Amino acid sequence: MTQEYRPLVEVKHLKQYFPITTGFLKTTMLKAVDDVSFTIGKGETLGLVGESGCGKTTVGRSLLHLYKPTSGEISFDGMKITKKTLDEYHRRAQMVFQDPYSSLNPRMTVGDIVAEPIDVHKLCKTRQERAERVQELLRTVGISGEQSTRYAHEFSGGQRQRIGIARALASNPEFIVCDEPVSALDVSIQAQVINMLEDLQDQLGLSYLFIAHDLSVVKHISNRVAVMYLGKMVELASSVELHHHPAHPYTVSLLSAVPMPDPDKARSSHRIVLQGDVPSPMNMPSGCAFRTRCRFATQRCAEECPQMREIAPGHFAACHNI
Amino acid sequence: MALLEVRDLRTSFFTPAGEVKAVNGVSFNLDSGKVLGIVGESGSGKSVTAYSILQILTHPGRIVGGSIKFKGQELVGLPDSEMRKIRGNRISIIFQDPMTSLNPVYTVGNQLVEAIKLHTGRNGAQARDRAAELLSLVGINEPEKRLKQYPYELSGGMRQRVMIAMALACEPDILIADEPTTALDVTIQAQILELMQDLQKKLGMAILMITHDLGVIAGMCDEVIIMYAGGVCERGTADKIFYHPQHEYTKGLLRSIPNIDSDEKERLVPISGTPIDLLRMPSGCPFAPRCEKAMKVCLQGRAPEVWVGRDHLAACWMNYKTGMEKGLIEYGENGEIVRMKLDGGDEE
Repeated sequence: MTQEYRPLVEVKHLKQYFPITTGFLKTTMLKAVDDVSFTIGKGETLGLVGESGCGKTTVGRSLLHLYKPTSGEISFDGMKITKKTLDEYHRRAQMVFQDPYSSLNPRMTVGDIVAEPIDVHKLCKTRQERAERVQELLRTVGISGEQSTRYAHEFSGGQRQRIGIARALASNPEFIVCDEPVSALDVSIQAQVINMLEDLQDQLGLSYLFIAHDLSVVKHISNRVAVMYLGKMVELASSVELHHHPAHPYTVSLLSAVPMPDPDKARSSHRIVLQGDVPSPMNMPSGCAFRTRCRFATQRCAEECPQMREIAPGHFAACHNI
Repeated sequence: MALLEVRDLRTSFFTPAGEVKAVNGVSFNLDSGKVLGIVGESGSGKSVTAYSILQILTHPGRIVGGSIKFKGQELVGLPDSEMRKIRGNRISIIFQDPMTSLNPVYTVGNQLVEAIKLHTGRNGAQARDRAAELLSLVGINEPEKRLKQYPYELSGGMRQRVMIAMALACEPDILIADEPTTALDVTIQAQILELMQDLQKKLGMAILMITHDLGVIAGMCDEVIIMYAGGVCERGTADKIFYHPQHEYTKGLLRSIPNIDSDEKERLVPISGTPIDLLRMPSGCPFAPRCEKAMKVCLQGRAPEVWVGRDHLAACWMNYKTGMEKGLIEYGENGEIVRMKLDGGDEE
């Protein structure tokens, strides 16, 4: 990335609250995503990591307007996302879902599944053209064209995920949100899908938002990585920088908790085990959300919510103690 | 004598579509106080091996051959009344999903006390005290309060701790952990693994750890078994498996995981193809269709397990080839192969 950094996707102060019924005629707002801002450049992969319930999937979905964001601003290639531009946005930005078993309609043939974005956006004029496009898409992801008349249950998990990717590619998108695309797959298949995503990026110049909880996979595929905790972004840096100089105490412990497939390193490494569980998002601690499990928490952490600030060029963190 | 000796275990599921050989000739020893890891992908038969040991297989599944000896006592073919004295008492298990393995309509205390009463003959009050003691042993604070709570009131990590407490209720000799941390987040996973290591040191039990995550295995296990399509590919000490793998599948598996410590953008080397259909098993090595180095012999028959180094066995024809080429095979009196000096880790 030598050329000037020009963001393709720009997210400013994204908030996504869900109303939860807590009693008779009583609702509380669950702050799934609370004030998250980031940018994704052309051809860039931004990794998004965090534990379950931290809001990383919600970020991906609100970003694509699968949920209507409570507030915040999303712009794509300089274009504001409004009702008018939503159609175009949905063609140019697509999503690959986590579970290849539930994200494909069992009653549709694979060919029809892949052609759905084509039909929705009316991208092919004739049946012939549509069929050819489907064959081409399936071949791109390594599935032979003859298999387009089969149903999803006839494929293995890895192949289904490939079909999901073919569907995402059908509308010639520039940006794809990959929501844990490999976490449901076996290790040997994971590598196949990751390589394919990288190849597609090279060929088609795609940008990815890669959501995952497996830090070694995220480090491998991403240019930059964002870490989330309880709906807030706590750190954002290039993947190498984040790995070598994690600044936020949560990132530090998250990285140290990654099990290493190397006996010597695993024995000698010093694991920082976080005490306790993630607090409920319905009942957030005051100030910094991480302070209940943080070793360095001070009085200030309880009173004031830390903001993201640049601690080194391109390295942002939200912590009072850095 | 090993605490648990499994020899040529065969378990099949008799489905309408045909016999599925989920476990097909698995042998291993588990010594007391050791941690043994079984690694494999989904469908490799690692969980079925564990269920066979405890004989908790579901209907179409049956042990069709082999032997499982616990402290010298044969478990295969043991009447259920006898098996019940071992299951949960001497060998206990924790399951992958703590959400579904606890009963949602009973309190945690209720379920723990039931297990304790049943197995140890303590009365209600004693069992309750023991339950609280167990909960504090597994690092749950305010055990008295937790006993009165229902599983839904606890977090995933907490529930898995309760499961461990329940499994430890009778101080078993062997604890089988079937993917104990797969459903948990990394930081919670680290907590649970730490806890299991502490408890193992404290109580001196043997652990049979089943997982698909090579990272979990590396930090915890003394010995490792790599399974593929119901068979054992390779077994040996953790160092041998990770640093001197001698089976093509193990090598492929280790190559396909991204290395978090490397900063260069290296391309991953995946294993091509898809896992095998257990209903249509080839006569040869089950990994041969996906193996880059497959030879003619690989398609004809399975390679027998052979010692490829100290504490290290592998079942791969490639070893025979390199062994013969480099003259590293040691033959016995009758010309049979005794061992090969392949893994280069024997200098110590």
